[in-house]
Amino acid sequence: MSKIRRHQTQNELLIFERSSPGKIGYRLPPLDVPAVAADEALGAENVRGEIAGFPEVSEVEIIRHFTRLSTWNYAIDLGLYPLGSCTMKYNPRLNEAVARIEGIVDAHPYQPQALAQGAMRIQQTLERYLAHIAGMDAVTLQPAAGAHGELTGILLIRAYLQSQGDAREVVLIPDSAHGTNPATAAIAGYKVKEIASNERGTIDMASLAAAIDDSVAALMVTNPNTLGIFEQDIAEVAALLHDRGAQLYMDGANMNALVGVARPGDFGVDVMHLNLHKTFSTPHGGGGPGAGPVAVKSHLEPFLPVPRIAEEAGALRYDHDRPRSIGRVRAFYGNFGVLVRALAYILAHGGDGLRNATLDAVLNANYIRKGIENDYHLPYDAPSMHECVFSHNKQVARGVKTGDIAKRLIDYGFHPYTVSFPLIVHGALMIEPTETESKAELDLFIDALKSIAREVETDPQLVLRAPQTTRTSRVDETRAARKPILIWEPPANGA
Amino acid sequence: MLAALGIESIEDLFESIPEDLRYRGRPAIPDGLSEYEILDYFRARAEEGAKGYASFLGAGAYRHFRPVIIDALATRGEFLTAYTPYQAEISQGILTTIFEFQTMVAQLTGMEAANASMYDGSTAVPEAGTMAARITRRGRLLAARSLHPEYRQVLDTYYRHQHLPVETVRYDRDSGQIDLADLESKLSDEVAAVIVQSPNFFGVIDKTREAAELAHRRGALLIVIFSEAAALGILQPTAEADIVAGELQSFAHPTSYGGPCVGVLATKMKYIRQMPGRLVGETVDAGGNRAFCLTLATREQHIRRAKATSNICTNQALVALMATIYMTVFGKQGLRELAEQNLAKARYLAAAVRANAGSLVFSGPFFNEFVARPGSGDGARVNEAALEKNIVGGLELGRLYPELDGALLVCATEVNRREEMDRYAACFGPPAGGIGIE
Repeated sequence: MSKIRRHQTQNELLIFERSSPGKIGYRLPPLDVPAVAADEALGAENVRGEIAGFPEVSEVEIIRHFTRLSTWNYAIDLGLYPLGSCTMKYNPRLNEAVARIEGIVDAHPYQPQALAQGAMRIQQTLERYLAHIAGMDAVTLQPAAGAHGELTGILLIRAYLQSQGDAREVVLIPDSAHGTNPATAAIAGYKVKEIASNERGTIDMASLAAAIDDSVAALMVTNPNTLGIFEQDIAEVAALLHDRGAQLYMDGANMNALVGVARPGDFGVDVMHLNLHKTFSTPHGGGGPGAGPVAVKSHLEPFLPVPRIAEEAGALRYDHDRPRSIGRVRAFYGNFGVLVRALAYILAHGGDGLRNATLDAVLNANYIRKGIENDYHLPYDAPSMHECVFSHNKQVARGVKTGDIAKRLIDYGFHPYTVSFPLIVHGALMIEPTETESKAELDLFIDALKSIAREVETDPQLVLRAPQTTRTSRVDETRAARKPILIWEPPANGA
Repeated sequence: MLAALGIESIEDLFESIPEDLRYRGRPAIPDGLSEYEILDYFRARAEEGAKGYASFLGAGAYRHFRPVIIDALATRGEFLTAYTPYQAEISQGILTTIFEFQTMVAQLTGMEAANASMYDGSTAVPEAGTMAARITRRGRLLAARSLHPEYRQVLDTYYRHQHLPVETVRYDRDSGQIDLADLESKLSDEVAAVIVQSPNFFGVIDKTREAAELAHRRGALLIVIFSEAAALGILQPTAEADIVAGELQSFAHPTSYGGPCVGVLATKMKYIRQMPGRLVGETVDAGGNRAFCLTLATREQHIRRAKATSNICTNQALVALMATIYMTVFGKQGLRELAEQNLAKARYLAAAVRANAGSLVFSGPFFNEFVARPGSGDGARVNEAALEKNIVGGLELGRLYPELDGALLVCATEVNRREEMDRYAACFGPPAGGIGIE
């Protein structure tokens, strides 16, 4: 079997261009109380006229509009989605169903706690499971995404160090880190100092030792790192930091390589976040929502965001009386619907199932690595965990870069890998298949990448002009940035 | 696969993890469950809630009719299971809908541009504040005390270490609107922005235009916040605002115990390079056809790292899509009718509360929420009586506003029936054993 081309798609105007005056697609029940004159109730100066340009369309037009647009998207449901560090695994539909159960989906964040015991129990259970998976002592579910979890974690470190007398000034970050790490440290008021990686692709212990002094608050490390390589010296890194009174933060973006096999808490990590929209299968939805719970060791627990769930005689309640807390990082209790889905994922897998998913994810990544290792340059030959990183070194001589190979991969029916990241690999191809994929799908993907490598030798133009089988050909991103058009506006002549 | 890799066991692939760092314990997580058992588990948790109760809670999370086609469309795998649209050629679906979302948010708020979404209303506030600080190169903020208290708490957490002190501006005890004299006295040439919510936390339409005038006079920006998007169907947007930030949950998602939500951030074109979050822009493909892509990424963390406008990466795209579909379904007429229904329901409930010896605490014009006190006793007493009738009453304000101890923040939307409003209003009357009610 091989992929031929995507199914037929239709052209579609923007919804504003489909509008006709007077069309409607809604119906409200008749008002059962007296109508109110808006001008009198609010004051005429507070009442708006019609919302210029807003859509006016029928229900079937809405269905067709969004259905047609949906067919222009690639998705996990269509095939392998090997974005490195993004962990694009299958999103079980059961999780969608449980998140929509009446009593859960319509619960209000301020309903009396006696009538919210189920929602609180879901949170408490998830907190406990995540703490166990991470090997940590306590978890907050409040952060809305990974970067939000990072901010929470660094603020926890800051509050803890402050309580020890000095919040310090510097956060160390390896040069292979995600951009969110330095951005987060800066928002939390820290200076960022970059640590160079060694020839193995991991933290260089000598550089680290030289960089650590009494101004260092923490090191933010991703493990396995963004090359998919396990930081073997992680326990020594932790000891080095702790000796100088600094903390170890772990970015849990790559936790899909570790669940059930190794626990960051056992490495000496003090605080970390987990991405429920990666490791725990909640759908990415075109960019979100996510959830970024933060797990901590007991010394950081007093500083966790308020409120905390407490249990007395079998009844759960919110404890707001936490004088050392960093405060709230989000209104209410986080992305609760995402938390429900993640708990469903954990319940479905069970302890052994979670571990098996990790094994399969690592097996799949290594199978791809083996499959293309003669065709693409492997900049670091240390063992790969859940993802592998190649470079375009062999192809660039023919004028083909990683971005071009990615576009050509689209013609073969696959979503590309992560392009040009991590930054320490020039022209990176960062590939993470996850445990979701079968051998058959992996073989197709390997064949596609091998075929593209041959095309680069025989007909590089073919690759440079890609994609050619998509509805939309290569998009001019430079033009979009030069003179930004960020919203639709009605034609100037009013037509 | 093992043979291809020349290994005997998958475990061999984990040799790079030092032996003493491997986890050898039994997982303290029960064995995997079947679909049926998992549904059962969550149904049981749902029963430990407020199923079947009428509710008059709002306070930042609102109950509205939600057309079924929202989920019919948003759960299509092509939307649900796609990643952030970095590869524009195979992501035109989500890119186009984000462009439509940005457009509708701009139309609703009266701004010239909007981003692809923030986490929620509460986190959009500090993002707007830092944006204003960058634009004005100033280092102080003023926030109205009538801004959602949990939004203010988030603001405080974010700013404690950014050298951006936030001072609170009082509200007028009669109108419930911002105290303009207090605002004027606290404004200075160091203030980057004034943050005002409208309708504010008390449900009152606030004096955003007057606040804008005072702010602009001192070179500060005005940031307008909203948490009840339904009000935008009828409220005149504050054209004088420099940044509008808020929460579109009302148009997107059921209350879902407070999340997921969808934050928005809108502004003038001249400020977009200081705006955080993803932006979708219009362009063309190689064939000259209209196409969309992520743009102005040099503001963002994956390019600018420590110098980025924000650390935000994942946003709330799917919830933003839900809002886009909702706004399309209701459209120009529907959003107006929806707002009018909310206005009428809340007026009716307020009149019924008054008829039962209750009183409204503030005199300012309100949308679908108001602060009320019973004629005797306190709000807790009212809500206890309501629970007996399977009604979840309004929010008791004492914990959040000690000066309003005993008062309730009561919300009525188009989903509240007249009959349940009558029953709840009756709870404001004399306690059981008193005169004449029921």
